[in-house]
Amino acid sequence: MRGAAVARVVVDVMLKPEILDPQGQAIARKLPQLGFEGVAAVRQGKRFELELDGPADEAALAEVRKIAETLLANPVIETFEVHAL
Amino acid sequence: MVLPGGFSYGDYLRAGAIARFAPIMTELVAAARGGLPVLGICNGFQVLCESHLLPGALLPNAGLHFVCRDQRLRVDNADTAWTAEYRSGQEVVIPIKNADGRYVADDDTIAELESSGRIVARYLDVNPNGSQNDIAGITNEAGNVVGLMPHPEHAVESLTGPSADGLGFFTSIVKRLVNA
Repeated sequence: MRGAAVARVVVDVMLKPEILDPQGQAIARKLPQLGFEGVAAVRQGKRFELELDGPADEAALAEVRKIAETLLANPVIETFEVHAL
Repeated sequence: MVLPGGFSYGDYLRAGAIARFAPIMTELVAAARGGLPVLGICNGFQVLCESHLLPGALLPNAGLHFVCRDQRLRVDNADTAWTAEYRSGQEVVIPIKNADGRYVADDDTIAELESSGRIVARYLDVNPNGSQNDIAGITNEAGNVVGLMPHPEHAVESLTGPSADGLGFFTSIVKRLVNA
């Protein structure tokens, strides 16, 4: 049954805004040295791309949300967003 | 049960995030909830947080560097299964060596830990990783599960460590088991 377009779903994970992100800060500090002006702050996150066996329907997206809250993100410190590509 | 330090599952995703689902963990989480004494050291502490046996989480050090130093600590809770051989307020020197040692939790959790005396040890002199409230270790409500970022097993003998100050974690549990 190959040939049908493979459904891909993206999970974006970010640290909650109140949590210090020293990696983002280190990137932000470097920018002016490289001549890039006008960036007030940088937050670094993670992006996961999941390739599904079937279509990215509502049931599949619900399952991906479960995957995100179980493993991909730690809800204690992170938030996540799920969307189909 | 001691969950040791290390980099289980390569620390991929987040430190302890995949180790938390290691086959033994299902049984361990149930046993810990039932009162089994569990000490998580460094990576083990991260696993205990990821498995929600302890609140909060451990994030990359605020300074972004791996920190390896002989760290002065104060034992603030000498009532847990793992710290009964210390005096409350006792100062000790135990090595710390980690990249992801910054303890964070929401304000309510920190307030709850503080008011219920569940902060087991705190960093003195220097906060090596930006941990909230200088937290080096915490315990669960029952006092049988303890997570600690420094390595007491590396401070049990003067030939190989800066002190024998870490020995108390192990003599505490041995005495408890012998007297049980």
